[in-house]
Amino acid sequence: MDETIQLAHGAGGRMSALLTEKVLRPILGNPILDRMHDGATLDMGEKIAFTTDSYVVAPRFFPGGSIGRLAVCGTVNDLAMTGAEAKYLSLSLILEEGLAVEELRRVLRDVRAAADEAGVAIVTGDTKVVGHGAGDGIYINTAGVGEIIAGVDIAPQNIRPGMDVVVSGFLGDHAATITAARHGLKLPETIQSDAAPLNGLVKEMLHAVPEVACMRDPTRGGVAASLNELAAQSGTGILLDEELLPVRPEVEGVCELLGFEPLYLANEGKLLAFVPAEKTDALLDVMHAHRYGKEARRIGTVTEKAPGQVAMKTALGGVRIVDMPTGSLVPRIC
Amino acid sequence: MNEKTAQAKERELSARLLEEIKRLTAGRKQPMRLMEVCGTHTVSIFRAGLRQLLPPEVELVSGPGCPVCVTPDGYMDEAIAYAGMEDVIVATFGDMLKVPGTSSSLAEAAARGGDVRIVYSPLDALAIAKENTGKKVVFLAVGFETTAPTAAAAVLTAERENVGNFFLLPAQKLVPPAIGALLSDEDARIDGFLLPGHVAVVTGSEKFSFLAEEYYLPGVVAGFSPTELLRGIYRLVRQVTAGEAHIENEYKSVVRPEGNPAAQKMMDRIYETCAAEWRGLGEIPDSGLRLRDEYSRFDFSAARPLDLPPAPPKKSGCRCGEVLQGKILPKECRLFGTACMPEHAAGPCMVSAEGVCAAWYKYGGGIFQYG
Repeated sequence: MDETIQLAHGAGGRMSALLTEKVLRPILGNPILDRMHDGATLDMGEKIAFTTDSYVVAPRFFPGGSIGRLAVCGTVNDLAMTGAEAKYLSLSLILEEGLAVEELRRVLRDVRAAADEAGVAIVTGDTKVVGHGAGDGIYINTAGVGEIIAGVDIAPQNIRPGMDVVVSGFLGDHAATITAARHGLKLPETIQSDAAPLNGLVKEMLHAVPEVACMRDPTRGGVAASLNELAAQSGTGILLDEELLPVRPEVEGVCELLGFEPLYLANEGKLLAFVPAEKTDALLDVMHAHRYGKEARRIGTVTEKAPGQVAMKTALGGVRIVDMPTGSLVPRIC
Repeated sequence: MNEKTAQAKERELSARLLEEIKRLTAGRKQPMRLMEVCGTHTVSIFRAGLRQLLPPEVELVSGPGCPVCVTPDGYMDEAIAYAGMEDVIVATFGDMLKVPGTSSSLAEAAARGGDVRIVYSPLDALAIAKENTGKKVVFLAVGFETTAPTAAAAVLTAERENVGNFFLLPAQKLVPPAIGALLSDEDARIDGFLLPGHVAVVTGSEKFSFLAEEYYLPGVVAGFSPTELLRGIYRLVRQVTAGEAHIENEYKSVVRPEGNPAAQKMMDRIYETCAAEWRGLGEIPDSGLRLRDEYSRFDFSAARPLDLPPAPPKKSGCRCGEVLQGKILPKECRLFGTACMPEHAAGPCMVSAEGVCAAWYKYGGGIFQYG
């Protein structure tokens, strides 16, 4: 890999995977880390889950959220994806010299509101300040622990051919909002970041359908990256149906303008679930009853064919590959 | 009409177009070769899974319509050299970041500390110039007729507002002369052109009439949705099988025969045509745009000339040049999918989101068979 860190190493695609596989895991690997799921499950008497994530986003405030809301939701959701109910979060702040305290307060109020909504407590933390120019205003790291919900076993290795792939709602709202905010594109007010804690939704899903085999929140790299990871980890193929993908026309519009595909856009309040086909309807029923699952739908199936590959039946009836994203999303020229 | 009915109608129409294409081409001894000139068309065709739906009698080949791909090494070397200068900010479309020059890329220059900013429009670069008056802001002006008018607008605004630190590194190119150059090659075996919708919005569909008049080849200006593409292909197939050659406009909602006169006027005011170097195609007369003398002070290569050695020919074995002329398919290149992949590309066609090789690689090697 290239000898300097480039932006693409942080974009959730193949370059990020290379950084993990070639640099981080060879030095830090151990059996728990090597399961490579969104959080680690630890056996410490009770079954608990543990995860950490760092948040850097520009702009810091955007329609539907802020870096503060993201920092809570992201970690709560990573725990939820392992089948755990988040309990406690840590909060580490790296602040740049010169940041207005009022701005920090705004961020913290968003942290508090999201934590209250998710029902988690911020129980420990740390603050560091770096010199002017050495950071970008504010960076946040949160770590979280949660308890595994009794009787569930969520892991990529549980995905089997014949299962359905379900998504909890519209794709790409978060990335489209951020991109538009960053580049001064006007989006209708109906489009805002989907940043939301999914632990409540997950709890109801697992209570009604404990057979859910795996879940993942399609953040950086979008649905395409998450499904490619899961196809590789489970040794199965995944076949999506283009006509079933829920994408708002406005988000489709942003994509057309910039040459993006909704499947590659980050979401901050969506989940993918793998469920035995005979349980799909029951799962969708409980999801539709929850505020963060109203638009849930089946988008594809797990296949024996093409293990490790994600493909999509197009509206015209062709089938094409949905590849792992390779770097940062960049707009096309014309 | 609700969304579902509209979808069903589109599907039905597409199925009928495919049927017609199959009927018209059944039994042809040699497949007809249709070239899509525009990179956005290439990607849309792959995204729709169109290639595998067409009968083997219709071959789609991609042309030199990806702006990043046709930008030569020497230009990248200049941009990288400028990015390494203390007082320079290089502003560019994101596609250019990973394009390899002779020995480096802009992404690597940025990682080494160069100030390289991604912009969505030349006007963003102008805004950066206004915020950073102590620096020279150089916009990498690449692209076709689609981007030239906005670059022209940025220059005119900079002039009007007296922004003295905004520059272009001009390498704008024109599509019709490149098509002409392709066809003057004796090896070119192309039966018709799917013409670029966005470019034609500016140039007008009439600009392509030389295809029919000089080369007796049909051309159809097409839009970008799967059905619009199929419609364009169907029109071409119909002309080829009937032995006709004229220019049709299947993108009438936005393309007029005469194009967009305001955009043309803006371009004409600051640019004049010049010979330009295209990767793979070499130098093509009148295929590039340079700043007119009155505006040459905005040309950074003139304001701060570099003395770089000419880019040596690539030793890697990269065949992007032949791919761009439709002479070979990406999979016929020895490096494709092995030494050349999006993460470590040997050539620009694998770098750009609109590059032919990248599209082939990303969407499963041409005609993708599931399982």
